[in-house]
Amino acid sequence: MSLERELRNVAPERIEVSGVSKSFVTKRATVHALDNVTLRVGEGEFVCLVGPSGCGKSTLLNIIAGLDFPDSGEVLANGEPVTGPGRDRMVMFQEHALFPWLDVMGNVLFGLRLKPGLNEKERLEVAKYYLQLVGLEKVHHANIHELSGGMKQRVALARALAPNPRVLLMDEPFAALDALTREQLYGDIQRIWEARRKTIIFVTHNVREAACLGDRVLLFSPNPGRIQAEFKISLPRPRDINSVDLAHYSTEITVALKGFTAHSGKAVAE
Amino acid sequence: MKRAFVSITFFVALLGIWEIAARSGLGSPVMFPPPSNVAVYIWQALRDGTLESATLVTVWRLFVGYAIGLGFGIPLGLLVARFKMWQDTVGMLALGMQTLPSVCWVPLALGWFGQTEAAMLFVVVMGTLWSVVIATADGVRTMPPIFLRAARTMGSTGLHTWIKVIVPASLPYLVGGMKQGWAFAWRSLMAAEIFVTILTGFGLGQLLHYGRELLAMDQVIAVMLVIIVIGLLADRLLFSPWERFLHRRWGTGALK
Repeated sequence: MSLERELRNVAPERIEVSGVSKSFVTKRATVHALDNVTLRVGEGEFVCLVGPSGCGKSTLLNIIAGLDFPDSGEVLANGEPVTGPGRDRMVMFQEHALFPWLDVMGNVLFGLRLKPGLNEKERLEVAKYYLQLVGLEKVHHANIHELSGGMKQRVALARALAPNPRVLLMDEPFAALDALTREQLYGDIQRIWEARRKTIIFVTHNVREAACLGDRVLLFSPNPGRIQAEFKISLPRPRDINSVDLAHYSTEITVALKGFTAHSGKAVAE
Repeated sequence: MKRAFVSITFFVALLGIWEIAARSGLGSPVMFPPPSNVAVYIWQALRDGTLESATLVTVWRLFVGYAIGLGFGIPLGLLVARFKMWQDTVGMLALGMQTLPSVCWVPLALGWFGQTEAAMLFVVVMGTLWSVVIATADGVRTMPPIFLRAARTMGSTGLHTWIKVIVPASLPYLVGGMKQGWAFAWRSLMAAEIFVTILTGFGLGQLLHYGRELLAMDQVIAVMLVIIVIGLLADRLLFSPWERFLHRRWGTGALK
């Protein structure tokens, strides 16, 4: 049955970024958003990219998504060069980017309808499955503007998960939410990551969030955007954002962050 | 219920004041007829079919002209929004043409097409087209680019993006533009009908014009009322469903 096949976990993907550089020319100056960045994200790994705003971490995410292209260097997804957006790599944006002309269900179905091999009834089943996974089984036909910020991001997550990608690229998805809602979502995203075995690359400027979610945390420095340091977070899951062990890691990362930002003379929030 | 009562009371009072004022001898009953005379005219004109046939002629011109205007205006607007070359050419043209009251086209239309339906349609199309082009282009341009990026990651490309993302995303502007186009079409058609006699059909504007020539102000006012009613009906039937949809989905009214 193709529905079962569709809902089965697919093998997560490995992402290899080698020597990627990208600069933007503005009226005032040239911004070196990324300078010779190399990183490898293994199958099913949860990697967080942390850094002050404007350090190129979102640019890197867009390049991996295939929405933007590097000036030089290469991105491989499972050994294949990334030449554009692909259904194997879905993106969750900071602004939920849900379509206001569709209801919740319509939004989740949008990507599914572009995926071949399913009939409409199966698509509906798949969409229901993911809405349930993010805890929104009761609002299938709600309009987007009726949802709270947290619910919108849950719909966005369901929409990103629905085509069953191998990689989930998340660009500060929780930045605009209140602390309590964020905490719930930290739990949910870990649970879903365990259940669906995806490779996740998660961009944030919140160090604690990164330490809570990531297997590894990569620290970016701005202009030129480079990876400055790497931290392996060896804590059992599910992790609680308020745990003392986590605080230990986040302090360590914050110190490193302050270290290099002090040199570049830029203030950093959080 | 209370609001309906207030409305009805207001309009009944308005009619009452009008009737009393007209009968009090303030003005001549010819130039300022009471509503009862207007009602009598409407009744007679309905019975001999004058009003129906004039309404039919006018509404046909309006709908066909408006449909042509939309049919060209929306695709042109999309092209203007999408391609710099179209923006610098057709976009500029639309901006200029929109400032021209479409009744200014009447002399040229008569020269080109004679006193025919084509002349009327041409004026209506000129009234509709440019504002629809501009509203469509504005709608597409103000669309948050994140919608396009999100759609691309989900595999939407080309025509699919246009039909499933760009057009629906611009819907609040599109409906606004369609409404504006409608208003322009309606105004330009009335002006054109009052201005010229068209041999192939006798519309409401012409009925209005001849009312003046015959000093039949009850006829003039009756036609004005019919024009108002058609405008209100169009708003209800053509635009209200869209506006309700926009209100429900976006949580706002249509941008006007």
